[in-house]
Amino acid sequence: MTEHVEEAGGPPNPTSVERRGDRELIVTRIFDAPPRTVYRAWSEAKLFQRWWVPKSAPISLVSCDIDMRTGGRYRLEFGTGGAETMAFYGIYLEVVPNQRIVWTNDEGEEGAITTVTFEDLGGRTLLTFHEIYPSPEALEEALQGSAVALPEQLQQLDGVLHDL
Amino acid sequence: MVQCLPHTLDLSFAALADATRRGIIVRLGRGDASISSLAEAFQMTLTGMKKHVQVLERAGLVVTQKVGRVRTCRLGARGLAAEAEWIEAHRALFEARFAALDDIIDEIEEGSHD
Repeated sequence: MTEHVEEAGGPPNPTSVERRGDRELIVTRIFDAPPRTVYRAWSEAKLFQRWWVPKSAPISLVSCDIDMRTGGRYRLEFGTGGAETMAFYGIYLEVVPNQRIVWTNDEGEEGAITTVTFEDLGGRTLLTFHEIYPSPEALEEALQGSAVALPEQLQQLDGVLHDL
Repeated sequence: MVQCLPHTLDLSFAALADATRRGIIVRLGRGDASISSLAEAFQMTLTGMKKHVQVLERAGLVVTQKVGRVRTCRLGARGLAAEAEWIEAHRALFEARFAALDDIIDEIEEGSHD
């Protein structure tokens, strides 16, 4: 059986965002391609760099180093318009190609552990992005200002990072 | 006196319909702030900021207290607003990300055909 999804015009697949309990965030989305393709777009820096930061965001990804293997490191540097950049970085705790990536978020004091899984739905992929914070307080802090969405927050974090 | 009337919900929706007021909620989530520092942060007049804060205060989202000549604002007990904001911010972010990822995936798939 061959099925071809109409590529042009169709609405994007829905994205679900859910807070579970007092420490977890879960985002799910189906992609019309097999896990190896979605994994590739996530694990190759040149590809990753092209989608991780939305064009509408007031920040840009100026550099992106990804060493996608268990124990490898990543470092993303964002620009907020001025000369200074700010970095997000951590370690890949577990990498199972085409299936699962787990990483730490070490730029803050109580960073979340993020897990992405790619589940094969027969040619399509169910992607689950899961973040677990070390404490309810850490999630509460993240609740108060999303670092990814708010440039002000980014600048504040930038200051913190400089002091480290 | 704070009254827990049903229309509080309507008031908070109206209060949060405005981008500046959503910004104020997020800002206060990081710590209490005076009206004048909020006005400065959002680049608006003191009078303009007072109006925004009043709307948030009526909805129970913000509580203010005057000490001397400074009126300090903090988040009200209704912290749910911050949670809803956070969820929405993540949804918007991931929707935009994944739309771009769709394009990259199409590219890879097209390139992989012999």
